[in-house]
Amino acid sequence: MAIDTEKNSFTVLFAVIMVVVVGSVLAFFASGLRPRIDENERFEKQQNILYAMGVNQNEGAGDVNFIPTNVVEEEFSKYIKEQLILTDAGVEQKEEAYLIDLKKQIAALKNGQEAQLPIFIGEKDGKKTYILPMYGKGLWDAIWGFMSLDENMVVQGVYFDHKGETPGLGANIKQRYFMDDFIGESLLDGNRLAGIGVVKGNNDPANTDKEDNEVDALAGATITGNGVTAMIKESLKLYEPYLKTIRTN
Amino acid sequence: MALLSKKDANLILDPLADNNPITIQVLGICSALAITAELKASVVMALSVIFVMGVGNVVISLMRNLIPSKIRIIVQLVVVASLVIIVDQVLQAFAYELSKTLGVFIGLIITNCIIMGRFEAFALGNGVWRSFLDGIGNALGYGVILVIVGFFRELLGSGTLFGIPVFGDPVAKTGLYSIGYENNGFMIIPPAALIVVGIIIWVQRSKNRALIEEA
Repeated sequence: MAIDTEKNSFTVLFAVIMVVVVGSVLAFFASGLRPRIDENERFEKQQNILYAMGVNQNEGAGDVNFIPTNVVEEEFSKYIKEQLILTDAGVEQKEEAYLIDLKKQIAALKNGQEAQLPIFIGEKDGKKTYILPMYGKGLWDAIWGFMSLDENMVVQGVYFDHKGETPGLGANIKQRYFMDDFIGESLLDGNRLAGIGVVKGNNDPANTDKEDNEVDALAGATITGNGVTAMIKESLKLYEPYLKTIRTN
Repeated sequence: MALLSKKDANLILDPLADNNPITIQVLGICSALAITAELKASVVMALSVIFVMGVGNVVISLMRNLIPSKIRIIVQLVVVASLVIIVDQVLQAFAYELSKTLGVFIGLIITNCIIMGRFEAFALGNGVWRSFLDGIGNALGYGVILVIVGFFRELLGSGTLFGIPVFGDPVAKTGLYSIGYENNGFMIIPPAALIVVGIIIWVQRSKNRALIEEA
């Protein structure tokens, strides 16, 4: 029996069956793979936080090398001593605070709602560091990162990442040579929490001056660089009340 | 005994050279520009497109006598879109780093005109086996160009292949860099891909003059 595929009723029937079949196949894949994808995202966040506090597998100059995913969970619980959230009510301990999405918290603050700002206390070779998450805008899309500080407000390490900056230009904020420049920079200008600016032509390309609140910019990535500057400033503003309580200078 | 008849073999071989989707039909250029800064991304994009085209052509060919012609474009879109979502999810689950590099471009496979073009021009009118070969052939033709472009862009732009340094260390000035060689940053940005594709088109047409279009 030949089917008249041009009849309207057949067209509708075909469309309905197609939607049901495709919908179930996609739902099957999505729910089947979800746990694995979630785990990948969790490991990535742990790797990034550890990277910012200097726990990584970098050798000499060159590439960014994270702690391998198969041991990251172990290392994370070893190096991260406390996970805190800052709320209106004060500072609280919270397990798995690192899974909090900072973007949502910043949006909540803007709407005048209560937010939970995560901050992590790590300890490496007996030295305590405070790791702040950051979230901001680059040229095309979101940029984010983590920064670890000590009690003197000196940067111990950073990690930056981005959603869609230009490859070879703005995307280089996640390259070693850019991120390494931040290490040892002081966030203080006098007594003020000033942050670190990404600036062009600061006469310090080798980054020997650690008190100038500046690192050398990336050529061809002015707006991404400005985004990093603004992101650091924004994050320090959010965490300033807490940082005041831990500062020793 | 040949594995494939001559006619079937041509379905695979034609798009590789004399009927290449990128250099002859000039389709799928956008993704060829976007993701070829690194060889690794090129290879993965090529493999993903081979999968989507091969399976997509088979699915469309299987349904070719049932698809109402009024909604055939929508049906084609649904088929590509579903396959792309599956590829994307599988990459996110099993090759997370890579899926971050490819990010939005995987989604862009949906808009790759080669795929819709082959569904419409071939799979709707041909049997399953031949559609499968045609899909694989066209995707391979696309992939070959992607890999060639990716090879030159990564080699000349970053001095690496698959992320492994070829010429020495540009920062420490070893190898070629010690005698004054510099990476060409221009090769990293998308316009360089156009130029490389242009050179491939030039080389191909000067080898086979029959391909030159009448002005």
